[in-house]
Amino acid sequence: MNKFTFRGGVHPPYNKITSNKKIEALPLPEVLYVPLSQHAGKPAKPLVKRGDVVKKGQKIGEADGFISANIHAPTSGKVKSIMEHPHPVFLENVPTVIIEADGDDTWFDGYGERKDWQERTREEIINDVKEAGIVGLGGAAFPSHVKLSPPPEKKIDTVIINGAECEPYLTADDRLMQERPEDMLWGARLIKRAVGAEKVYIAIEDNKPKAINSIQDALREFDDIELRVVKTKYPEGAEKQLIKALTGREVPRGGLPMDVGCLVHNAGTSIAIYEAVRFGKPLIERVLTLSGSGAQGKGNYLVRIGTQFSYIVGKTGGTSGDIKKVIMGGPMMGISQYSLDVPVIKGTSGILLFTSKEVKFHEPYPCIRCSRCVSVCPMGLLPLILVDLVKYGRLEIAKEQYGLLDCIECGSCAYICPSHIPHVQWIKYGKSELRRKK
Amino acid sequence: MNALTGALLTMAILGLIFSLFLVLAYKKLKVEEDPRIHEIVEILPGANCGGCGYPGCSAYAEAVVRGEAPPNLCAPGGQEVAEAISKLLGLEIATMEKKVAKLMCRGSIENAVRRAEYTGIETCRVADATLKGDKACVYGCLGFGDCVRSCPFDAMYMGEEGLPHIIEEKCTGCGICVETCPRDILELVPIERKVFVFCKNIERGAVARKYCKAACIACGLCVKAAPEGTMKMENNLAVIIDWKSVDEHAEEIIAKCPTKAIKLDEKFAEVEV
Repeated sequence: MNKFTFRGGVHPPYNKITSNKKIEALPLPEVLYVPLSQHAGKPAKPLVKRGDVVKKGQKIGEADGFISANIHAPTSGKVKSIMEHPHPVFLENVPTVIIEADGDDTWFDGYGERKDWQERTREEIINDVKEAGIVGLGGAAFPSHVKLSPPPEKKIDTVIINGAECEPYLTADDRLMQERPEDMLWGARLIKRAVGAEKVYIAIEDNKPKAINSIQDALREFDDIELRVVKTKYPEGAEKQLIKALTGREVPRGGLPMDVGCLVHNAGTSIAIYEAVRFGKPLIERVLTLSGSGAQGKGNYLVRIGTQFSYIVGKTGGTSGDIKKVIMGGPMMGISQYSLDVPVIKGTSGILLFTSKEVKFHEPYPCIRCSRCVSVCPMGLLPLILVDLVKYGRLEIAKEQYGLLDCIECGSCAYICPSHIPHVQWIKYGKSELRRKK
Repeated sequence: MNALTGALLTMAILGLIFSLFLVLAYKKLKVEEDPRIHEIVEILPGANCGGCGYPGCSAYAEAVVRGEAPPNLCAPGGQEVAEAISKLLGLEIATMEKKVAKLMCRGSIENAVRRAEYTGIETCRVADATLKGDKACVYGCLGFGDCVRSCPFDAMYMGEEGLPHIIEEKCTGCGICVETCPRDILELVPIERKVFVFCKNIERGAVARKYCKAACIACGLCVKAAPEGTMKMENNLAVIIDWKSVDEHAEEIIAKCPTKAIKLDEKFAEVEV
């Protein structure tokens, strides 16, 4: 089979140790912490107040504006309070709905399979996705309904379901493709209908033979969808790189996939869309990978949004060894945590507990201009120059001439650098300075 | 005529021609500059700190002469310079309050709780924009000393307790450190002012207290102790509205504060708990 790929990239140790661990549903915690901001865009407006009784799946936060998403109660119970609570992405306390579970886990009225789900129209699908508060489950958490409703002049002909999962350690999408291939393919079909595309590709890296087999088997029933095996390389699952690998099209600078007629959705998102259309099920739970040498119960778990990290770690046997670092997401792009008392949000694809076995701290040395960062940059940027420009405040030059804003922050440059220069931190800082000055 | 005199003569004639050309160019291309600009540049301290908002002293001098800037913008120069400039330009004598920078945070190593070990780039601005540093309080001093490095007058240094110190004798109130700080905890205040609320954490008292021993916990006791209308509570913080009358009642107000977040500025005495 022809294997597709892109220019640049790195080969970190993949460590997909949990690829054979079945997805396991964790028991419901007693208290859930549901932040009102779990997505890219504006935080949701709270619809409940202290003391309200809520049902499972009931809307508790309303999308505020077009780029925002609804938030739902992950279980039935009582709203204990709405107050500031630690957040795994903002790294500070943000407004959070705290729900005390009543243990009955009763669904909201109107939940259930719809008879006409296979025939739902484009508008109905987009509305279902919007109501269900679905966001990209790969990690960036961009509201899915926005991606599904491009402006009319942008015609989308190709839908790509992203099952590349190129981040080391993470196996949540891998397991979903092994265990629920039909659901994922149905999701893909619904996405295809929503945007009126002609082609649908499922992209999987070639280090997941079981997922590839499982999808191949399921594809017999789906002749409108094609499987594309991509080369195992980081960051193969980045949106722009995947489009380039599969279609040869290049997303223009500052543009979006829709500018080249493509739409990329994560494998997990595809299943969430299927569930939203078929059952009207909002996004209240997700599959995540618990891994790293510090985790006793390494595996893939189905947990409710709002479950604290500490609860998950506790229920799976606790920690082993001296934990040096906790990361939400993958080791390349994930976010370091300062506490385990943060909740799972919609974009939490993994929790990694690292001990001194994986974590090495290095003092950065001066740049030796070996240009390895340049050869691995999947966006074709010059990370070494960008770092210097940002360091000395030449932000306009960095933006206009060196494409500061085109950096996807994949971390390949920092990974390969023999001088251990934290390129991505400098670049993130440069971007935030630009935003601040606007 | 020997070769030497010939050469000298040629050089002399050439020199004359060129000097003539230079004289003509000087007459023809002369730029009329207001002599007062130069005089004002002489008066200004010449630190080129940029605290006035203009790129350097001569740019400010030009602006003053053109009447685009008031004569009392030079903080390092203070009252003296403002008076001299006003006199020179025949303006009304401008007054100038002497201000100094002050750190509105007492989150020292001892007081502030650390939530993690930070191993990233050690500048306040990068830390604030990416991982928010290692202190649990995300409103307080990050302690990497961007302000100290930015000070053009060498008036700041990093103390052992992890907070920047301001040497008031050297501080000119130019405001560069205030601009540099990513968390807005440095403020320019009149030098004679005594009482401050040394906290910027807007979280609920219980949370703020957990993060820092010296946090304002929004109990409101100081507001009750202060004369009516001179203090208020806003965003879980005590705010001083009328500093002159608060300074007058300093003793009573300070005595009420349970965390010593509001206190006299006495150059970093460690807070006893």
